[in-house]
Amino acid sequence: MTEVTAAPDWSADEMMTVAASRALRDGAVCFVGIGLPSTAANLARRTTAPGLVLVYESGTIGAKPDYLPLSIGDGILADTADSVVSVPEIFNYWLQPGRIDVGFLGAAQLDRYGNINTTVIGGDYANPKVRLPGAGGAPEIAASCREVIVVVRQSKRTFVDRVDFVTSVGFGAGPGDRERYGLRGGGPRTVITDLGVMEPDPVSCELTLTRLHPGVTVEQVREATGWEIAVADDLGTTEPPTPAELTILRELEKTKGGKR
Amino acid sequence: MAEIVPLADAVSELVRDGDTVAMEGFTHLIPFAAGHEIIRQRRRDLTLVRMTPDVIYDQLIGAGCARKLVFSWGGNPGVGSLHRFRDAVQNSWPVPLEIEEHSHAGMANRYVAGAAGLPFAVLRGYTGTDLAEQTETIKPITCPFTGEVLTAVPALRPDVAVVHAQRADRDGNVQMWGITGVQKEAVLASSRSLVTVEEVVDTLEPLPGAVVLPSWVVTKVSVAPNGAHPSYAQGYSVRDNEYYQAWDAISRDRDSFQRWLDESVFATAASA
Repeated sequence: MTEVTAAPDWSADEMMTVAASRALRDGAVCFVGIGLPSTAANLARRTTAPGLVLVYESGTIGAKPDYLPLSIGDGILADTADSVVSVPEIFNYWLQPGRIDVGFLGAAQLDRYGNINTTVIGGDYANPKVRLPGAGGAPEIAASCREVIVVVRQSKRTFVDRVDFVTSVGFGAGPGDRERYGLRGGGPRTVITDLGVMEPDPVSCELTLTRLHPGVTVEQVREATGWEIAVADDLGTTEPPTPAELTILRELEKTKGGKR
Repeated sequence: MAEIVPLADAVSELVRDGDTVAMEGFTHLIPFAAGHEIIRQRRRDLTLVRMTPDVIYDQLIGAGCARKLVFSWGGNPGVGSLHRFRDAVQNSWPVPLEIEEHSHAGMANRYVAGAAGLPFAVLRGYTGTDLAEQTETIKPITCPFTGEVLTAVPALRPDVAVVHAQRADRDGNVQMWGITGVQKEAVLASSRSLVTVEEVVDTLEPLPGAVVLPSWVVTKVSVAPNGAHPSYAQGYSVRDNEYYQAWDAISRDRDSFQRWLDESVFATAASA
């Protein structure tokens, strides 16, 4: 590579968040996890998907926060929601029957079949090397939403051949497993990282690199993946963040947790 | 009829060593003042039940009050890990901590079954996850009408539920609003209950969407203004997000946690 390019004026994390926000269809009903998913969903509501319906597991349906909440239960979510329901109700009446279009999740570990681990790493369950927070709402979000989008930074530590613990099911051990388990949602359709975008192969269900973010090489993705990752024949490139997206995202980040 | 008593008296009467205690509040209305009083009274061998054992249970676990934790998500929301919880699971410090782990949907349904007087609840959940292998209180069940295989989880029946609410009247009727989580179910599922409130008022003005717990399902009410801090009480306070962020450093090592315990819990008396 002899080509000289100016360093972009955005970070890999910003590219990831912007790419995730663009993956949300206007008007979709989205079950939002805290952290990167919440940032991306709130960005989408201010850019490409003003009609996005944000549902948080705290029971706030149709929240329209004017700043970025730190938790899934900040007061701003209840104040701006169309409806606030109890926690049993949000899971039983809204998530379980399949009323949610998109589940938006993060992961501590993710494997080639899109299974997610947020429970333990290393050792065994009783004596783990690292104890993580656990399941929360994720297993049923992964099971029941029409589709799941995962947003996570890509590294060999995170992208592993097999997760140490299946907290939330992607495609299990391969084709047919979701059906066998009776999972009614479509599973992970898009995995968005700081390097690019992966989608499950329609036949093998294995995550396949379908898009690189600008300036990223296939070699970098391979280096950051714990299995021999397949690359799509028609590998695309993500459009870089627009100045408007960056301005709105940076403003949003400044307001996190209500700080002005 | 609920009795209105000082918090220290309520805790000493209702929470006993070895009890199963459910302190609920989903981000909002978390009963921190009551939690600190339990630490202050040096309760031991508790089975702590809570969907999101966030900072409040990190404090109780670090203080050595717990023998077992029944939960579905143990993190510091929006910040990261719970270091005292981690230290207890990974290194048995200060005492070993047994865990019984579920998902949110499973825990919520366990409270619903407890509140409804049923032995178990049915849900679509856990299928294909490793949780189903590790947790004995997750079992498959076949629907007698359709033959479909679903998941059963047993009812939660805590000895005592502890929740925080905005207000109560002088008869001990309790009113809460905003994000009300699983508090109603936790109180109804438990043998005894303690509700801390921001204030006691003459009359509870009806509010749309509010949850009212009639006095006759509540055992004790204690006034604890700002008793949810660093969580919040809608209409009274906002979530102290900086406290949650600061907790990460305080809880990271045992010495700084001990200092926090001495200065912020043992050296102070219960409010009210």
